[in-house]
Amino acid sequence: MNEFPEGLEKRLAARGVNRRDFLKFCSLMTATLALPIRYQPKVAAALAAATRPALIWLEFQDCAGNTEALLRASRPPIEKLVLDILSVDYHETIMAPAGKQAEKSLLDSVQANKGKYLVVVEGSIPTKDNGVYCTVGGRSAMDIARQVCGSAAATISAGACSFYGGWPAAAPNPTGAVGVKDLMPGIPLLNMPGCPVNVVNLTAAVVHFLTFGALPATDQFGRPLFAYGTRIHDNCERRAHFDAGEYVQEWGDEGHRKGWCLYKMGCKGPATFHNCPTVRYNDGVSWPVGAGHGCVGCSELGFWDTMSPFYRRLPDVKGFGVEASADQIGVAVVAGVAAAFGAHGVISAIRAQRDPIAKHKDGATPVSTEDTPQAGKGA
Amino acid sequence: MLRREYIWQVPVRLTHWVNVLSIVVLSFTGYYIGNPYITVSNSEWWGVYFMGTVRYIHFLFAFIFVASLALRTYWAFAGNEWASWRNLFPFLNVEGRKSLGDAIKYYAFLRREPPEVIGHNALAGLTYMFIVALYFVQVFTGFALLGQYNPSGLWYKLTGWIFGLVSNQNIRELHHIIMYLIIVFALQHVYSAFLVDSEEGNGLMSSIFSGFKFLSKDLADRVRAKR
Ligand code: SF4
Repeated sequence: MNEFPEGLEKRLAARGVNRRDFLKFCSLMTATLALPIRYQPKVAAALAAATRPALIWLEFQDCAGNTEALLRASRPPIEKLVLDILSVDYHETIMAPAGKQAEKSLLDSVQANKGKYLVVVEGSIPTKDNGVYCTVGGRSAMDIARQVCGSAAATISAGACSFYGGWPAAAPNPTGAVGVKDLMPGIPLLNMPGCPVNVVNLTAAVVHFLTFGALPATDQFGRPLFAYGTRIHDNCERRAHFDAGEYVQEWGDEGHRKGWCLYKMGCKGPATFHNCPTVRYNDGVSWPVGAGHGCVGCSELGFWDTMSPFYRRLPDVKGFGVEASADQIGVAVVAGVAAAFGAHGVISAIRAQRDPIAKHKDGATPVSTEDTPQAGKGA
Repeated sequence: MLRREYIWQVPVRLTHWVNVLSIVVLSFTGYYIGNPYITVSNSEWWGVYFMGTVRYIHFLFAFIFVASLALRTYWAFAGNEWASWRNLFPFLNVEGRKSLGDAIKYYAFLRREPPEVIGHNALAGLTYMFIVALYFVQVFTGFALLGQYNPSGLWYKLTGWIFGLVSNQNIRELHHIIMYLIIVFALQHVYSAFLVDSEEGNGLMSSIFSGFKFLSKDLADRVRAKR
C-alpha cells in the first residue's frame, strides 16, 4: 500500500500535484457546496487526512452518460479521483477485471467494507416481471441494488434515470423502471439528477461526505440544496434579456445571434432547479443555455414526460385527437361558448318579440318608489 | 307593483368590481407572461424592463385579488342572507332545488319567465360554486409558481409540496387552463345578466352598482321581514 500513503495531499504529491493545486481544488469544492470560504481550511484538512473510502459504481438501465461525464472530470482529473480520493472497487466501464472476476470484486468489497462504503447508482431499475429487463451476471438489477445499497454507508443516485426512472420510465414505461428512492425508500440516499449529473457536483457531494461525515442538506426530492437549491432561470446569464422582453423567435434569428432569452424556444429554465449557470460543464466552459439551446429540465422529476415538448412553453394537452396546446384549446372553448351564448341570445330575442314577457307577469307595471328605504340605511 | 329593495351590501359590490378589474389585468398580463407576443424595443424607456414590469403588475394584482377574495370569504359568513356562502350550494334545500329546475327550464326555452328571486337565482349560485373553487385553485397554483424563486421563502413553504404530487409544468398548464375557464365564466355571467335584466325588469344590471333591486310585493315583503 505504499503507493497510497495516508492522506490525500500526500497521495497527490506522489503524483506530482502540488499543494497549491490541492488548495485550489478545495476552494472549488467549498464554493460548489455553497459554504462560506472560511470552510475551505476545514475541507482541506479533512481531505488531507481522509482515508480512501471504497466506492462501488453500479450501472443498470443507462446510457453510461454519467460515466462519460465522470471520465471527463478535470477537477480533479478522473485518474486522481479514482486512485486517490476514493478506492473505486467496482465500475463495469473502467475496471480491469471482467466476468466472474468482476462480480467477485463487487461481493468482496461489499463484504469487506460493510456499512462503510459509498455507492453510486447510474441508470434506472426495471421492476416489471421480476426485473428481468436488466440483469448483470444473471442477477436482476433489483436484486443487486437491494444488496449493495442496503449495506452501504450512503448511496448517491447519479443522473435522471436512477432518480426516478428517467428515459426508460418515460410513458408508457414498458419495463416498470423506477429510481433508487422508489425501490428502497428510507436508505441514506442523495439524489443527484441531471442528464448527465454534473461531475463537479458529484465530487463536491463526496467531499462533503468526507469532510462532515454526512450527506448534505436536501430538498423535498432528496436533492442536495447546494446544487439544486435555486432555479436555473434565476441565475441565468440571459435573464436580463428575459426581463427586457427580448426573446429568440426562431433558431438563428438576430436575437439568437445576440444571445437573447430562449423562453419562447421552450426553455425550461423557469421550471428547473440546478446550478448549471454557475458551475457549468466541461471545465466550466459552457452549458446548454450558454451554448444557445434552451434548458430541457433534466434534473426534475419525470422530466421526459412533463418537460416535453422541449421546444414549446407548455406540455401538450392529451386526449384531443391531435395533441394541442392549452392556448389553442382555451381559445377554441372561449369562442365556442361565445357562439353558443350568441345563438341563445338571438333565440331569446325572437321569443321576446313573439311572446312578450309582460303577458306572463305584472312586471310591466310602474315601479313604486313610495316606502323605499334610502341607500345605505338598509345595510 | 315592483318595489325597490336594498340587496347587495357594500363588500359584495366592492369585491365584485375589484375581481372584475383583477381578472382583466391578470388575464392580459398572464397571457403575455406565458406567450410574450409583443416585441419591444429597448430604446424605448418602457422597453428596458418590459417583461419585468408586466410580471410586477401580474403579482401586484394577484395580491389585490387575494385580498378581495379574503374579504368576500369573510363576508360570506358575516354578510346578509344574499351574500351568504349558502347561495353557492342551492341544491342543499328544497326551495333552491325548485329554483334550480325553473332556471334550467327557462334557459332551455321550456318556461317563459325566469324564476323570480331576491338575490342570486339558483343556477347562478351554482356557477359561483365552481368559479370560487377555480379562484382558490388559481391562487394556489399562482403562488406555488411564484414561490419557486425562493425555495426557503414563505410561499414555497406553503405551496411547494404540490410539486411532489404534480409536476411544475402541469401546474403551469393548469394555471393557463383555469384562466380560460374564468373567461368562459365571465362570458356566461355577463350574458345571463343582460338576459335576465331585460326579461325580468328587476334592474339586475344596475343593482351591482347601487345594491338595489326591484322586487314584486311578495319578495319585497320578505326582504323587509328580514331587516
Ligand atoms: S434562457 Fe431560459 S433560463 Fe435563461 S432567462 Fe431565458 S427562460 Fe430563463
